[in-house]
Amino acid sequence: MLFFLCFALFLIGLYCVLIKKNLLKIVMGIIIMEYSVNLFLIMVGYKAGAVAPIVTAGVEKANFVDPLPQALVITAIVIGIATLALMVALCMRVYDRYKTFDITKIRRLRG
Amino acid sequence: MNLVPLFMAIPLGAAFIVVLLGRFKEAVSDAVAVIVSLILTILSFVLIIPLSQEGIFVYRMGRWIPPWGINLVLDGLSLLMLIIINLVAFLAILYSVSYMKKFTAKSTYYGLFLLMVAGMNGVVLTGDFFNLFVFLEIAAIASYALVAFGVEAEELEASFKYMVMGSVASVLILFSIGLIYSLTGSLNMAHVGTILQGQNGNLISFSMILFLAGFGLKAAIMPFHAWLPDAHPSAPAPISAMLSGVLIKALGVYVLLRIFFNVFGMNIQLSWIFMILGCLSMVGGGLLAIKQEDFKRLLAYSSISQIGLIMLGVGCGNYWGILGALFHLFNHASFKALLFLNSGAVEYSTGTRELKKMGGLSKAMPFTGATSTIGSLSISGIPPLNGFWSKLFIIMGLVYAGRYVLAVITILVSVLTLAYYLKVQRYAFFGKLGEGLEKVKEVPPLMCASMVALAIICVGAGIFFYPIMKTILEPAVRVLQEGIGYSNLILGG
Repeated sequence: MLFFLCFALFLIGLYCVLIKKNLLKIVMGIIIMEYSVNLFLIMVGYKAGAVAPIVTAGVEKANFVDPLPQALVITAIVIGIATLALMVALCMRVYDRYKTFDITKIRRLRG
Repeated sequence: MNLVPLFMAIPLGAAFIVVLLGRFKEAVSDAVAVIVSLILTILSFVLIIPLSQEGIFVYRMGRWIPPWGINLVLDGLSLLMLIIINLVAFLAILYSVSYMKKFTAKSTYYGLFLLMVAGMNGVVLTGDFFNLFVFLEIAAIASYALVAFGVEAEELEASFKYMVMGSVASVLILFSIGLIYSLTGSLNMAHVGTILQGQNGNLISFSMILFLAGFGLKAAIMPFHAWLPDAHPSAPAPISAMLSGVLIKALGVYVLLRIFFNVFGMNIQLSWIFMILGCLSMVGGGLLAIKQEDFKRLLAYSSISQIGLIMLGVGCGNYWGILGALFHLFNHASFKALLFLNSGAVEYSTGTRELKKMGGLSKAMPFTGATSTIGSLSISGIPPLNGFWSKLFIIMGLVYAGRYVLAVITILVSVLTLAYYLKVQRYAFFGKLGEGLEKVKEVPPLMCASMVALAIICVGAGIFFYPIMKTILEPAVRVLQEGIGYSNLILGG
């Protein structure tokens, strides 16, 4: 069930990228997609009732969550921020040149 | 052999040093960038002989044994890609030394360029899914910034379009990597390959589709091609050469080959998908190219068409088809980079990209004219230039596989290619000198040098195709034909 909700979030992001006409809303759509994927990765590693995977004396055989997806998600978030920063910077530059965020009016290239 | 990590370490380190040094003196950053890319090119050629003796190098990061640690794998296919990437990058940087003078912030440009090279080298060397994603993003983000480097209105628009498409592709790829991890509990490509062997299921098919869409977007195969004709022409010419010549192959075609041949294992349905997509983009790209009036836009559509040809050759799956496709990968990098550098030279001297405003340029610009003729003939497949042999091999592969209709279509598209390159030659380089072009001069010597070098590669690879086939291409073909046997080599050794 949770996985379907996560996939729904992904689809909301995709819808936003495909349908919206505003540059910033498109950027938001991409970010929503990225976050749904991050959520998916976290849910893959989640186990109900498990503890953080820190091995100390006495808890060697405890029920651990899978730590690898968490490491992946941190990396993915950092990459996402780099992409977001560049995208927003591009949006600002585009606004400087065209004085609008509307993609139907930003059409100097053919095709 | 511990040379393998240097392919990422050297350009990554140099990317930061070059920006710092550029603050003090621009000539220093020129020198550093040229020397670093030259070293990388030499390194990739040096590895040919030891690799042919050993067959495969596996480098374990931090000495963790494969299923747990990240490993770098250098085999025939990776080496072929490394040679293409670093050779074209060296010549493009040599060209940029003069060409980029009109832009400010040249050292930042070199920094981004080297980051892109580091990302691509990482993608072709890594043997780990998530590491692949990280390097792919390094290369992709650097390329988004480079497309917008001129910060003119059109460039920003093209870059935004490219970036939206590229980010969607990256998200799809990450989603698919997550699915693979949840199915197998591993991220190592070889280990995933052994676990998935013989399995079938809806989720595996779903992740395959996501990979196909994600890397198909990066490779600009036909239904996913819309960003390429805007993004590639808008970039500065050496970057166009890198993007069209190398980036779509390293991030798109190479990864598709690696994942579908070596991890999932090829089957008949997949090979049909490859062939149909390939045929679609070959014909579509060709037809769209022929009516273009802008020099670089025409070249960009032609890239879509040639990538389609490569996918078609790979899809037919036998020795000749794969050999032809990989040889075409190499050849396309050489002549498409050459043609984009030519278009840059024309723009540098005349200030226009419209084909109809040019004319008679081969008298005013003898080096550019001659090299562009070689490039055009070579991409159209005129013997004995290199494009002829790779197209011949692909057509032989299609005939051996019994796909006669596709073979005929390939020949027809080849004629179409000749047609639109003759149009380029006719409008830009032959005939009467265009109006207002009386004072056009040849471009500076460094730009000429890199164009001449690429033209020599085109001619040389055509005449000496046999030694190239034996030393570089056959190990790469063997990697793809081994299929999922790739896993045993890595996990065993």
